[in-house]
Amino acid sequence: MTVIDAGHAPSTPSGSASVLAVDRPPSVLRQALRMRRTQIGLVVAGVMVAIALFGPYLAPYGAREYVGSPNVRNAPKTRFGTDYFGQDVWSRFLHGGRSILILAVCATILGVGLGTLFGLAAAYARGRTDELLMRALDILLAFPQVLLSLVVIAMFSPSGFVVVLTVGFTTVPRVARIMRGAAIGVVERDFIGAAEAIGESRRRVLFSEILPNVSATLLVEANLRLTYAVGLIASLSFLGFTPELNSANWGLMIQENGSALTVQPWGVFLPTFAIAALTVGNGLISDGLSRVVAGIDRGKANV
Amino acid sequence: MRHTPILRFVAKRVLFGLLTLLVISVLIFGVTQALPSDPAAVMLGRDATPEAVAALRHDFGMDRSLPSQYTHWLGGVVSGDLGTSFSTRLPLSEYITPRVANSLFLLACAGLVSIPISLAIGAYAALKRDKGFDNASSLVLLVLAAMPEFVVGTLLVILLATFVFKVLPATTYLSPDQPPWADMKGLVLPVLTLVCAVTPYVARVMRASMVEVLESDYVEMARLKGMPERTVLLRHALPNSVGPVFQVIALNLAYLAGGVIIVERLFNFPGIGSALGEAVRSRDLPVVQFLALVIAAVYVLTNLLADVGTVLVTPRLRTRL
Repeated sequence: MTVIDAGHAPSTPSGSASVLAVDRPPSVLRQALRMRRTQIGLVVAGVMVAIALFGPYLAPYGAREYVGSPNVRNAPKTRFGTDYFGQDVWSRFLHGGRSILILAVCATILGVGLGTLFGLAAAYARGRTDELLMRALDILLAFPQVLLSLVVIAMFSPSGFVVVLTVGFTTVPRVARIMRGAAIGVVERDFIGAAEAIGESRRRVLFSEILPNVSATLLVEANLRLTYAVGLIASLSFLGFTPELNSANWGLMIQENGSALTVQPWGVFLPTFAIAALTVGNGLISDGLSRVVAGIDRGKANV
Repeated sequence: MRHTPILRFVAKRVLFGLLTLLVISVLIFGVTQALPSDPAAVMLGRDATPEAVAALRHDFGMDRSLPSQYTHWLGGVVSGDLGTSFSTRLPLSEYITPRVANSLFLLACAGLVSIPISLAIGAYAALKRDKGFDNASSLVLLVLAAMPEFVVGTLLVILLATFVFKVLPATTYLSPDQPPWADMKGLVLPVLTLVCAVTPYVARVMRASMVEVLESDYVEMARLKGMPERTVLLRHALPNSVGPVFQVIALNLAYLAGGVIIVERLFNFPGIGSALGEAVRSRDLPVVQFLALVIAAVYVLTNLLADVGTVLVTPRLRTRL
């Protein structure tokens, strides 16, 4: 997987990089950054991340502050009017991204970290252990991520901790599959045998020999999973599962203000475009990275 | 006699599928039972007497041992007796079956629309590789793939039902006892949203598969023999590139089973999505268990069909049986 398939990738310089087979993450990033779509993605996602992180400091009103009668498009002293509850739409928009983003990043780190561990361990162990581990993870794949998260979160509580755990754990089998696929070719190579022959511990082989050789795939996978985690956590908020009741949250805002869409569209417009921009920007970065790593645009299953 | 190996293969897959479902059913039952909070206590509310809770637990068989509850539940599901909903006290067959039918209909519509569209887009993009259509479609598909369903759905509502064009209703008007086709116009936006959610993935795999096939020796051979391009594409390239796509279609149909939960909520469609939300909130375990089993069964079934389909369309695999 880490071998750059120059035949399919007109944008990657064929030559030294593709012969070397081991490509180093910095060069993957730099190559991806040369692509227009990655640049656009970086700018769009960067702006949305900035809004999500720093928005709360810029908001003229509090997230739960009552500023006027509900659903008024041009209420006095507001930029985008009031929402279903008489709160300032602009302020709630500025407050509404942070929790989604932070939870998504935490869930991605958990899910991709564990998934990589399982995937690499399965590929390295081979045989029975590999088979058993992957079959066990496959069973989890029978449940769509939304369904599992929904059931678990509703049964316990939609606290940030539970959301991160469920979204993270449901990501694990999906990541493990990809990382196992990437590592399976690496474990067959001679330098792994050489490392074992000079007496390196299995753990060391796993982390210092195999892991660096699948880092490019890992980079793509992590970014892709972040996009999905943002989407999933926003979807769960849309269904009403947010860490705090009536917290400002882009997903929840769309749900709350949906019925007044024609009267006061801003309450739906702003969060919708925010989530769209964040996920699409991130998707563009993923696409740029995967074009460099896989050589072809990645036809990936939606699991 | 020629067909026996295929039949044996199908039988083996069916058996494996049933085994997977059995494991899944144990898992569903175990997890839902292990969850905190006593459904009987939840049902009776805050000031229920312990005796009332105990009586209710007895009524629903919750005081029996877990293995006995499990076998009773599984036996019921197999024989068509799905049990009683905790919250509505209606038999599940009455309360939940129509909703399952509604959702399956929605799912089937989305599949029937999206599969041919995505195969066509993928194949055409492969033919026009790195030209206008390929670049444009890859960008559109990328954008659609990145956004969560409810955002795509909301954008569609803004575009087609409210602000830009006002041609479609923004919600479905369907009571649970009506057949799902009673409101075809209201079905358009939910189906379109689901189509947008899965088309990108299938189209991309189709494109990749077709690109590979177009570069293969046998396609070149066919061209060199002087076959018309049309025949080369329809007889040689297309059938061979569809094989690998089946698996992805299966995964995506199973993914849709989760997507309907969100989309049904957005468009107020009376299916399993809304039922599941309610059931989860009111700790209606029989409903949650049954719906989880249905969704898992969709996954197992689509995977089964994909495995069999792949073998049937791939001569190399077919002869190896």
